[in-house]
Amino acid sequence: MSSPTSTPGRRKRNRDDIPATPKSTRRRGQDSSNGDLRAMPTSPATDIASPAVHDTSLFSSPRRSVLPSEVDMSSPLMYGTPSSRVEARQRPDLGSIRKAPQVDLHSEPPSADGAVASEQALGQKLVIWGTDVNVGTCKEKFQRFLQRFIDPTSNEDENAGLDLNEPLYMQKLEEISVVGEPVLNVNCSHVQSFDADLYRQLISYPQEVIPTFDMAVNELFFERFPDSILEHQIQVRPYNALKTRNMRSLNPEDIDQMITISGMVIRTSQLIPEMQEAFFQCQVCAFSTCVEVDRGRIAEPAVCRNCNTTHSLALIHNRSAFSDKQMIKVQESPDDMPAGQTPHTTIVYAHNDLVDKVQPGDRINITGIYRAVPMRENPRQSNVKSVYKTHIDVIHFRKTDEKRLHGLDEDSDQKLFTEERVQILKELASKPDVYDRLSSALAPSIYEHEDIKKGILLQLFGGTRKDFSQTGRGNFRAEVNILLCGDPGTSKSQLLQYVFNLVPRGQYTSGKGSSAVGLTAYVMKDPETKQLVLQTGALVLSDNGICCIDEFDKMSDSTRSVLHEVMEQQTLSIAKAGIICQLNARTSVLAAANPVESQWNPKKTTIENIQLPHTLLSRFDLIFLMLDPQDEAYDRRLAHHLVALYYQSEEQIEEEFLDMAVLKDYIAYARTYINPRLNEEASQALIEAYVDMRKIGSGRGMVSAYPRQLESLIRLAEAHAKVRFSDKVETIDVEEAKRLHREALKQSATDPRTGFVDISIITTGMSATARKRKEEVAQALKKMIQSKGKTPAMKYQQLFDDLRGQSEAAITKDMFEEALRALADEDYLTVTGKTVRLL
Amino acid sequence: MRMWFVCRFCCPAAQSNSNPEWEAKVLEYFKGQLREKESHSWVPSLNDVPLHYLKPNSLVKFRCLVQDMFDPEFYMGVYETVDPSTKANVLRCGKYKDVTECGVDLNSRNTVTAERQTFYCVPIPGESPWAKEISFLSAARVVPSTSYVPSRQKRSYEEDDDDMDTQPQKQREPHTGGMGETPQIQPHGNGDSKRQETEAPSSQTTAPSDCSSHLDLNFPLPGERGPACLVKVYEGLDSFKLNDTLEIYGILSVNPVLTVLGEEKDPSLLLLNPTESMETPEEQRAHDPPASLVPRLHMLYARPLQHNNPLLPSAPTEDQSAFVSSFLVEMASVRAELLAYLTHVLLGDGLAAEYLLLHLISNVYTRRDVLPLGKFTLNLSGCPLNSYTERLYQIVQQLVPCSYRLSMSLHTMNSMRLVPKKDYVANRLVSGALQLARNTSLFLDETQLEQGQLDSSGVRNITALGNLISWQKVDYDFSYHQMEFPCNINVLVTSEGRSLLPSDCQVPLQPQVTPPNMEEYLTTIHMAQFTSQINKFRVYLSLARTLDYSISDEVTKAVEDDFVDMRKDDPQSVTAEDLHRMLVVARLLSLSLGQTTLSRDGWMRAKHIDMLRRSRTEQQKSLNGNEP
Repeated sequence: MSSPTSTPGRRKRNRDDIPATPKSTRRRGQDSSNGDLRAMPTSPATDIASPAVHDTSLFSSPRRSVLPSEVDMSSPLMYGTPSSRVEARQRPDLGSIRKAPQVDLHSEPPSADGAVASEQALGQKLVIWGTDVNVGTCKEKFQRFLQRFIDPTSNEDENAGLDLNEPLYMQKLEEISVVGEPVLNVNCSHVQSFDADLYRQLISYPQEVIPTFDMAVNELFFERFPDSILEHQIQVRPYNALKTRNMRSLNPEDIDQMITISGMVIRTSQLIPEMQEAFFQCQVCAFSTCVEVDRGRIAEPAVCRNCNTTHSLALIHNRSAFSDKQMIKVQESPDDMPAGQTPHTTIVYAHNDLVDKVQPGDRINITGIYRAVPMRENPRQSNVKSVYKTHIDVIHFRKTDEKRLHGLDEDSDQKLFTEERVQILKELASKPDVYDRLSSALAPSIYEHEDIKKGILLQLFGGTRKDFSQTGRGNFRAEVNILLCGDPGTSKSQLLQYVFNLVPRGQYTSGKGSSAVGLTAYVMKDPETKQLVLQTGALVLSDNGICCIDEFDKMSDSTRSVLHEVMEQQTLSIAKAGIICQLNARTSVLAAANPVESQWNPKKTTIENIQLPHTLLSRFDLIFLMLDPQDEAYDRRLAHHLVALYYQSEEQIEEEFLDMAVLKDYIAYARTYINPRLNEEASQALIEAYVDMRKIGSGRGMVSAYPRQLESLIRLAEAHAKVRFSDKVETIDVEEAKRLHREALKQSATDPRTGFVDISIITTGMSATARKRKEEVAQALKKMIQSKGKTPAMKYQQLFDDLRGQSEAAITKDMFEEALRALADEDYLTVTGKTVRLL
Repeated sequence: MRMWFVCRFCCPAAQSNSNPEWEAKVLEYFKGQLREKESHSWVPSLNDVPLHYLKPNSLVKFRCLVQDMFDPEFYMGVYETVDPSTKANVLRCGKYKDVTECGVDLNSRNTVTAERQTFYCVPIPGESPWAKEISFLSAARVVPSTSYVPSRQKRSYEEDDDDMDTQPQKQREPHTGGMGETPQIQPHGNGDSKRQETEAPSSQTTAPSDCSSHLDLNFPLPGERGPACLVKVYEGLDSFKLNDTLEIYGILSVNPVLTVLGEEKDPSLLLLNPTESMETPEEQRAHDPPASLVPRLHMLYARPLQHNNPLLPSAPTEDQSAFVSSFLVEMASVRAELLAYLTHVLLGDGLAAEYLLLHLISNVYTRRDVLPLGKFTLNLSGCPLNSYTERLYQIVQQLVPCSYRLSMSLHTMNSMRLVPKKDYVANRLVSGALQLARNTSLFLDETQLEQGQLDSSGVRNITALGNLISWQKVDYDFSYHQMEFPCNINVLVTSEGRSLLPSDCQVPLQPQVTPPNMEEYLTTIHMAQFTSQINKFRVYLSLARTLDYSISDEVTKAVEDDFVDMRKDDPQSVTAEDLHRMLVVARLLSLSLGQTTLSRDGWMRAKHIDMLRRSRTEQQKSLNGNEP
């Protein structure tokens, strides 16, 4: 509990405008200057300007009058806290509030300052100066809130393990008594739904209301758990104030109010010991006195009160009281910003145990009090700069990326959608052709390739995340990976660029320019702190997003090998420079590759064309070919599309296609809220589909489907259900998944020699017919050599010519070499240079 | 008029509080006054007049680029002062001011906190000397009220006192080994890192001279000069974007108190109040530089500039449309002359000249999702070595209002900062050479590139250039993430073989003449042009870019048919890419002739020159054999 105890900052407030009604438009900016600037105190009607009152306790009424400064301020009596064992800890985060005097509205005539009580306060006797807060009522209300508030719909991760039908905060208090961490986090939206007026007071007068909350909670706590031992009294930390979300929207109205903003930490200072109370000792008589630091200034006592010697007091540093403080710079997160402007930054001060809670690079939600301080006035200068310095005194940090570790979606995301927006999205979802609509809204400047766009659309939605760790399988991949290959200049890169711009957590890299560390993570020595820091690469950064990799084929082998783990296990293991860890990289990979011969060779298989290892290829759910169709009707449509692109006005385009923002929201909404599960029919359909796929191959003596393909089908079906905003995966989803999968296979896994779809091209890198043919050639070669009788060595070229002459089918040099290699493997012969020896 | 401005702003708007509309009225008044013909030319310009000749608190204008946007700040919009002798309270206005009057009553209830934002503005990077010259001359005529006699002072170290005419100075070129007025181009790369901060002689500044030398004014291009300015913006904050070019009318504030406030640091105070020390010295220097070096400008009104060509009326008024229609008549003839001129410059290669002309009027006119439309990056390959490219650049520089030559030597690519980067210590955006105004001509000289190793920053730079060309965007480095800023820059790449950078169109140069002395040859061509002629070219290039353009349905159909036919003949060589390019070429070709719709003829011409170009590249390919 924070209290005006043995601590500094015993200040009286000089608020001189009291709002006539709670809703009055007070000029907060001015307020703050009054509240904080105490160089020239203008006293309110009461006589609290006298020094003695400085030591009056916060919540004693002025009439109780002077308490000697030696009184132990930490006495729980001050707050009626039952336990005197527990020391109260100061709350520098709340600033200079502890001295707020209360105004007895009945005993005092309305002052010239215009102090008019709010209607609500009229009934009670006392409100805190400058506000409409009555301590007693406020305390009561908050205790009622703690005892009664139930949130059955809560899905916050912090409340995991709590009984949702019991009062939430009472359970938390119980937790505190067990764990011993004296901090109570209170969700402001709970307060709001419970008591809107209390919420308004909390937002408007956090400096006064939060200590009241502290009192309330401690009373309650020690009543319940009289025997618990805490380090200090419980501090209430409200979070999730609805007031502000965006740094850009902070304005002078927000000064001294409680706000919540989101942003990214860009810099943290070192710990600053801030002197709270200066300890002076007289050099002559050793009399000691404490002086509290007022906004960085110490009023050094000129005369010793004991011996009346002048200028005899010296500051004793190590008996002075200090508190921890840290400056943190927070920058607007890139998603919040209007295009074409630079991000804003805000200074945030963290106090005491919030120091060092965050690191540069963390994305956080900050709840705190917004402050504005005039530039220091200079006694030697008559005119000052007319600018205020602003900062936020932080009350509560909430890391948004920390929760990614738990795999839960951010609650800030949920707030993004207003009711109307959700309505629009749902309306869109109920349309029967939503799937086609969305896919055509995707990259409208790229022509046709409908199936590819559909595939990418499903990738954007992703499957349902499942956890099989109990059965030993671990996480089941929910992300869909797609590979695009095809002729250069078929707008593959453009498609990638589009996707990268569409998704919030997308990364775009080029295979040519990226190294393994750039994709994964590397260890760097921070130039400032000399600490080793783990810097994450593109794959980790795009966790929960999409990693677009262009020129996939140009990636070096070592780089590509990193992808193996990411694309199936969705994690990234790092062991370097003493750091061994496993990072989450639940990213979908959208890759584009060019054929080796610059032009796609239709006579070759996919593997041969792009020369990628089949181990990697089999990890892609869908592999599409983007080929030039070379067909007149297509050309005409293409030409029309392109010409239109160049002369249609912006509005015409808008009409035709869905807005990119709507698409973005639609995807975000579906990803957050929709978690489809397979229903019975769909499961049956999937089983059938898989069995069918296996059957196709078995007729020709080859395997045409592996469990991996089944998993792909499930993912695609789930994604399609998400597109429809449906919680059930139904047969139509499976049908579409099957169709798309077949389309992709047809394009990429067709054996050019036989014309059949052959999954082993992808899974083993070689089609079954090709393997069969290889064996045949090897046998023919063996037979031929055997027929030649016992010749220990033969010329390579001659053997090749002989074989060619003998065989009916054309034998290429590659085939011949392959056959030789096969025979060498059988230990039948060896090839040395230009001669072939039998063994 | 000037005196009036001064008066108006010296006296505080005392009764302001009672009448909240006064602010809007003031703005209206100034906008009205400035709309009047010629009136804006009475306002002295920070670009031309050295700072110490301008009166503080007077109305000035500044033609600039928004280089960085600082955080918003709260200030005292209205405050109360107490006269210590009479105890009289006076309400005062803090708007358009940096410093308050004496005796502020900080506890007054009448204080109004208001919000404003600071932009860091620099002169338009790469502004051609001729553009500066002309706008300077037109401004100089009409600033009689300053004690400043412009011509000698400024020009003295740029050129000797020949004439106002730009002609004679060009004749000197060959002898001085470069254009006298472009000293910033001479040291290729950034060898000259100590930038000249301000044009004012250091004796005039209040700051000690050594202080100015380590103050980095953060110009995007090395070797730039001119005043940088902290512009305080009060209205319409959202309408401004980074890299906008603006003409700002505002009140100049060079109060020396600003400097003192910034520098005064009592170490004992720091110890006790760490809040003060939060601002690192770097940050202080970046955000509160001495006012004598970086003046403050309180913006009244800003006009976004479509172009910075002083020969054209800048505002889209009736004035301009009249100007445009009168020029349209001349368009074809000017085009022919310009084409002839460029043909000479390109050693008699007419086709390359045609493409260069199209390139110079290209402009990103819209974007379709990620695709910028209208960009036309030209790669002139087969350029003769030995400073030919340098000469070529100087000629381009004479034609366009904004340009920069980036010599792509290995050293520059490895060491130069192209992409702006956020410096979190100083809390500012450290500029890079790619932070350019719209329609700047970026001349990439690849002939300077030699064999060797590119280090990681070199690779990053090349990637940035590639992104710029392909997507017309620059990813600014914000250290924890990158931020994409769209741009509109005309990139011309000169190279020996095909450029390693992507380009929309490659034209191998085929010189028809091989002059024995290249320098002499180019100089002769240059000299043959009269200033009036060159000025016509300048107007032509800027104007052609701004014209509207459309395609009729009928021509659309013809184009489609044509494409289908071409594909039928040779499906391998005609791709969607080619159609993209030909549509851009057709557009530029029509605009260059002053036609605002595509005609069938125009399309055929575009097809024709593209075919000529293609056959030429093919020829090149078969000659070299090793090109991809």
